[in-house]
Formats: sequence, C-alpha cells, structure tokens
Amino acid sequence: MDKELVFITVIGKDRKGIVATISGFLYKNDINIVDISQRVMTDGYFVMTTMVDVKDAGIPMEEMAKQLDAIGEELGMKIQVQHENLFKMMHRV
Amino acid sequence: MTVTLEEIYETAGMILYQNLDIRTTTLGVNLKDCVDSDFEKFRENVYTRISSLAGRLVVEAKKLERKYGVPIVNKRISITPVSLIMETHCQPEKFVDMARTLDRAARDAGIDFIGGFGALVQKGMTRSDRMLIDVLPEVLSKTERVCAFLNVGSTVAGLNLDAVNLLGAMLKRTAEISENAVGCAKFVVFANAPEDNPFMAGAFHGVGEGDVALNIGISGPGVVKSVVEKNRDCDLTKLSEIIKRTVFKITRAGELIGRELAAALDVPFGIVDISLASTTAAGDSVANVMEAFGIERIGAHGSTLALALLMNAVKKGGAMASGNVGGLSGTFIPVSEDSGMIAAVEAGALGLDKLEALTAVCSVGLDMFAIPGDVPEETINAIIADELVIGIVNNKTTGVRVIPVPGKKAGDRVVFGGLLGTAPVMAVNPFSAKEFLRRGGRLPAPVTSMRN
Repeated sequence: MDKELVFITVIGKDRKGIVATISGFLYKNDINIVDISQRVMTDGYFVMTTMVDVKDAGIPMEEMAKQLDAIGEELGMKIQVQHENLFKMMHRV
Repeated sequence: MTVTLEEIYETAGMILYQNLDIRTTTLGVNLKDCVDSDFEKFRENVYTRISSLAGRLVVEAKKLERKYGVPIVNKRISITPVSLIMETHCQPEKFVDMARTLDRAARDAGIDFIGGFGALVQKGMTRSDRMLIDVLPEVLSKTERVCAFLNVGSTVAGLNLDAVNLLGAMLKRTAEISENAVGCAKFVVFANAPEDNPFMAGAFHGVGEGDVALNIGISGPGVVKSVVEKNRDCDLTKLSEIIKRTVFKITRAGELIGRELAAALDVPFGIVDISLASTTAAGDSVANVMEAFGIERIGAHGSTLALALLMNAVKKGGAMASGNVGGLSGTFIPVSEDSGMIAAVEAGALGLDKLEALTAVCSVGLDMFAIPGDVPEETINAIIADELVIGIVNNKTTGVRVIPVPGKKAGDRVVFGGLLGTAPVMAVNPFSAKEFLRRGGRLPAPVTSMRN
C-alpha cells in the first residue's frame, strides 16, 4: 500500500514529556508513527523527528500542522511539519 | 529512516534560523490574445485573464507552503510587454487606463506586484513604445502594484542611446510626483533582459514564451552565510565547494516546489532563478556573506574577487540542481534592500564607482540606490548608459534601478519601508558627459570575437 510520509521535527531545549505529547497527539488523530529518532546536536539543540504516515490520518495535513504549531508554543519548542519529498530532493542527488 | 536526523535538522535550521524561503513564484501570462478593437472589451479580457490565474496561484502556493513548511514569500504575475499589446490603442489615457486595470486585477487577486508594463527598444522605438515611456511617471506614481521595465540594449543590437536619453527626465518626474520618490523603485532599465525573469521590478513574459509559464525565484543568503561562518579557515577552492553544495540543496527545494505548483495549476514549469536575493531581515544579506569570507565591509578592495567567487559557486550548485535554470540567476546587490549594503555605504566603504565595478563580475546591476534629487537628468542617463554597456560588452544582463530623491543630498537617508527598505543617498560624480550623450543614436553592437 502506498504511504504518504511526513516528518514532524521538534527543535528546542530538552525537557520531559516531548515524545509523550507528540505521540499522544498522533494517536488521538489516528496517525501511524513509522520511525522516530532523537538526539542532542553538537550545537546543543535537542532535535526529535518523527516520520509518520498520513495516508489514513483522521485530520488533513494543514490542520495537523496548525495544531502542532500550538503544541510547539506550549512546549516552548519549534515544530516543523514537512513532506518527505523535500528532504529527498535536497539531500539526495 | 530514508533521511538522517542531521539532514532533517539542517533543512529545518535553514528555514527556522537562516531565512530560507522561496522568494517568489511568478506566473508569466501571455496577453496578446486579449487584444480587442473595443478597448473596454480588451481591458475586461485582461482583467479576467489575470485575476483568474492569479487567484489560483495564491491558493495553490499556500497549500504547498503547508506541505513543505517552506515559506513562499511572494506570489506575482508577469505579462507580455504592454507596449506590444497597446499598439492599436496608442493613446496616453488608454495606457494609463490599462495600468489601472492591471493594478486592480493584481489587488483583487492578492498579488503584490505585476510586472511587464514595458517595452523592448534595444534597436528602436515604435510610437507605442515612445508613448509608454511618456506615461511612465503617471503610471508609476498613480498605481500601487504595477512594475515597469525597458530593455534598451543587447549584445546583438548595441545600446539605444536615444531611449536612454529619455529616462533621466522620466525618472525625475516620477520621483517628483510620487510619495517619497517610490515610483522609481518600480522601474528597471535593462540590457540583455531575460524573458523569463521571475523577480520584480523587471519581470515580464517574453514574446518567445508560451501562453503561460510558472517561474520560481529561490533565495538564501542567510543559509550561505551560515555555512561560510562555519568554515572560517578553508581556502578559496574549498570555500567554493561548500557554497556550491549548499546552493544545490536550496535550489532543489525551489525545483520541487516549482514543479508541484506548476502541476497543481496545470501550467508548464518555466525556470528556477538561482539568484541570491537579500532582504532587510537581519542575516539575510548578500553583503554579509562576503563579509563572512573575510572582507571587512563590502566595497573594500577584494570585494570584486569575493563576489566573483560567490557567483561562480552559486551558478555551479544551482546548475547541478535544476535542469531549468534561467531568469537572471546572478546575485542581487540592491543597496536599500540589504542591511549589509546600507551599512557599507553609510560607513563610507562603498560608493557608486565600486558598486559599478562589482556588477561587472556578476550581478544584475545597479539596484535600488538613491541619489540626490538635483542630479542633472543627463547624469542619470550617463549612469544608466555606463552600467548597461557593461552588460552589452560582457554578454550578460545588467540593469539599473535608480531613485533620484527630491530635496535629499548625499549622506541623507530615505525610508521606503517594507520590501523596498531604506536607502542612503549616494554621492554622484559632479562632472558631466552631457555633450557626449547629446549626440544620441545607437552604440553599435560589440564584436564577440577578439575577447581580450
């Protein structure tokens, strides 16, 4: 089955509950997590990225991005929602 | 994962912290088939064509902004050069009415600028071309969103000095009757103007184009500056390589979004213009990129070398990333729209003479600079002619966007606001070429062999 993969990237200062908050939001909206990864980068930023399949998502991507923006505000972190194609284009010849 | 965490972080960082964006999506629209012997019908055709296409452009671009999380800053329209479609309605009041129609169509569709109110006069002027130049002060001062251009020279035709000789007076008049002289910021005069340029104020939909084409202008001085800052000690070869790789990535983002937008609009994808375009936002400055190379202030000796290196790397990275590189694809060094350029002029590091030299290695020309309002019109003509002949002889595009500000003298400042920024008023050589320019005529085209 075709997948529609989107990356949700959370950037900011590390704190408790980031994974729980994001995964709770995704579960509530019927969005499946395909992969998840997190690390503190060399410049000190905490980065977590979640690859999700939005093919059968309960909400449209625009609405998901908007709600995640609001969650980002609450957590005091930046949340970016971007379709997989952007990374494939930019980082693969 | 198909991509690594580092790659995702790099992309996210470019957007969040380094002002990466798609600077403009410009839909080129043919208006030749809108012409009608009934002028009212003609205007209606033009309005309908533009507003329907522009409305869809805005909607679809917003959808892609959300999909990729990359801001698409400007959505614009470029049209067939207006002097061509007005040939059979050659009356001054009709030209002004047409400009108002274009202005209204752009405003109603949520488009900030519409480009193409201009003419191609590199060899000679028709009655319509001449009339268009005559009405430009009124058009530029009475409309808000209409941008105008003239192409007055090319490598194959030479320079039409008779056309250039009309411009100083036209610009001074425009400055007098528009608030803060801002009308002049919406006019560019070119040599070798590209027909698919997506950037304002000089965008138009050339006669060699199809009915419609979507062109993209990327950006990213902030992104390039950031990688240069991380590589303080590498030699020029390595520095060039680093810039090339970065520009490859940002151009690919433009290519992806351009292709998807064209598909969504069901129009052909035109070109990606890989020009680095600055804004007045902190860190989004081409001058600052060169300062990160190790130049104290742009304008210092060494700046021409730095700009040549930057341009060469940008072109190589961009050409690898897209099979459709076109438009201007240089680097813009507008004075008023680049905080580093403004600072360099105000510090006394950069004057008009060095700015002109910089444009010879690769840039689009003398852009968005203010001069005192009492500079004689012949001197403005001479500034334009000097700059354009650099493009004609070197087989490249050059342009001039000059703002003679009434009541201001060298060292003053003029604030345009928004995208157009703040211009320090620059000193002009007080000696005159009046008697030389008075000769008029056309500079013969240069030989393209014997290139030393």
